[in-house]
Amino acid sequence: MKLSRRKGYSLGYDFRTQLELNIMIWPAIILICVFSFFPFFGLLMAFKSYDPITGIKGIFTSPWNHFQHFTLIFDNFQFWPMIKNTIGINLLGSLVGLPATLLFALLLNEITSAKFKSFIQTVTYLPHFLSWVIYGGLFITLLNPEGGIVNYLLMQLHLVGKPVQFLADPDYFWGITIVTGLLKDIGWGAILYLAAIAGVDQSLYEAAAIDGAGRFKRMLHVTIPSIMPTVMILIIFAVSGMFNNNFTQIFVLQNSLNLPASQVIDTYIYQTGLLQFQFAAATAIGLMKSVLALVLLIGANFASQRLTKSGLF
Amino acid sequence: MVGGKSSGERVFNITNVAFMLILMFATIYPFWYAVASSLNGGVDLQRGPVFLWPREFTWASWRTVLSDPGLIQATWITVSRTVIVTAVSILYTAMFAYAFSRPYLRGRKWVMAVGFTSMYFSGGLIPSFMLINWLGLYDNYWVYIIPSLFGGFWNVIVLNANYKTIPDSLFESAKMDGASEFIVFFRIVLPLSKPVLAALSVFSAVSIWNDYGTTLYFTQSNHLQTLQYLILKLLQTSTAIEQLASTAQLSNASVFALLSKSQGEGLVTSQTLQLSSMVIASIPMIVMYPFAQRFFLKGVLIGSVKE
Repeated sequence: MKLSRRKGYSLGYDFRTQLELNIMIWPAIILICVFSFFPFFGLLMAFKSYDPITGIKGIFTSPWNHFQHFTLIFDNFQFWPMIKNTIGINLLGSLVGLPATLLFALLLNEITSAKFKSFIQTVTYLPHFLSWVIYGGLFITLLNPEGGIVNYLLMQLHLVGKPVQFLADPDYFWGITIVTGLLKDIGWGAILYLAAIAGVDQSLYEAAAIDGAGRFKRMLHVTIPSIMPTVMILIIFAVSGMFNNNFTQIFVLQNSLNLPASQVIDTYIYQTGLLQFQFAAATAIGLMKSVLALVLLIGANFASQRLTKSGLF
Repeated sequence: MVGGKSSGERVFNITNVAFMLILMFATIYPFWYAVASSLNGGVDLQRGPVFLWPREFTWASWRTVLSDPGLIQATWITVSRTVIVTAVSILYTAMFAYAFSRPYLRGRKWVMAVGFTSMYFSGGLIPSFMLINWLGLYDNYWVYIIPSLFGGFWNVIVLNANYKTIPDSLFESAKMDGASEFIVFFRIVLPLSKPVLAALSVFSAVSIWNDYGTTLYFTQSNHLQTLQYLILKLLQTSTAIEQLASTAQLSNASVFALLSKSQGEGLVTSQTLQLSSMVIASIPMIVMYPFAQRFFLKGVLIGSVKE
């Protein structure tokens, strides 16, 4: 900044310009401070004996309770199943979702007709634009034991003797969550890979072809190494999101019967916090989740820097 | 591509196309199934699922849903918040991003620090709930509007990358001529950023239209329900369905006639009501997204190149 001023480029540093720019900036700063930063004070509740009746003031005045909320978390019989569900759904979801999306992008890239390619993309984007209420609702209907098409077909093919209670049986919940999540976002998720593939230097392909590499070899030795940085970034995001479930999805598919497999940290926070008014305990769990996510993000980025020399920051 | 077509390559091509067709079927079919079922007679549907086309075609369920006052109210809430927030937040965020993109903005580093912090950290659900409550926004229509007026720092980054493609000389000559920052923004930046603004508007509209969290966390009155939340309730409770059927009877004589007639003939059941409300609520998004596709691909690409 100073350099350009010395060179005589003073345009824009006058009072009027700065005033106008500040008029543009400040509404957002105020909104961020109020709705993003102000709630940070609420995190104090996690370390205090807080009573909701005391309101906002109580956050500051109520006594410290020596990390009681955090020690109590581990004694809660719901805690370990909840952690298992959270990590299980995310880990399996990523292990299936990341390679499947990459594979889809690679295969889509091999479609030679440009029109057919863009048609496939248009069709596979569709579910991304439907809400989870609707997309989840569609699957609840499809999997319905009474008249749902999946059970109807299974019965007709004599694969099962009686209708399967897909959503009432905890055993199926993880699978349903992962499959519906994949189907909803595979098309959309492929965009990032396709953009990366489009950016690969074409001369690399020509050189590989001259060396006698077939289509498959070119994919394996040119395309995949070239898009590795993109893949790494998505892996880092997946790792740092390990404790972060898609609340909107799980809340739709969840019911009291599949709760043993569907209670995750986010739904638990909603339940204890907003339905049972245990503000302080729910805040403590939320805080713990955020800290773990931050640690995972830094750790994954560090590992990625070491292994592949590419990362987020 | 270099190289001749071997038979192995032909097999690969055919398998690949077949795989794509299956995948497209799997993504589209659940929705089509809902469309076909919602247009089928309710009792008839209980005899067995319809696959591609309604067996007993009827608009009865759609008409019941479309004339329900609760649903009309929810549609009104959803449409109004989507339009207001998208219009204001995209326009304002574009303006903010313009000011932020000016190298001569004093305190730019502070603005950046505030922006990035807001992107990566949040106080979480409960503190936000208490804040909303304290501000008097709980169970208030404004909770849908005020917290969302700024489109978020991620959009600022995308817009910022886009503004970099506008030649500096345009800004400089306008400033030399004495144009204010507002004139530069409205006359130069906005017209040149139409594609990215269109893309961001689509993203914004989709996420607001599909949001049910705000309703779930921050409201309790029936008249503030959004369409998505109402459908969630239809999915979760059968009483909500019965209510839909009974209020429809009370409010509208012609619907009452339709329902009493249709119940005799079994045209409307809770299942067809669920399905038709789901289909109807997704129509706006389905109509919008192919038109916007060419815009938003550009938008996404700009964001990803920035990475």
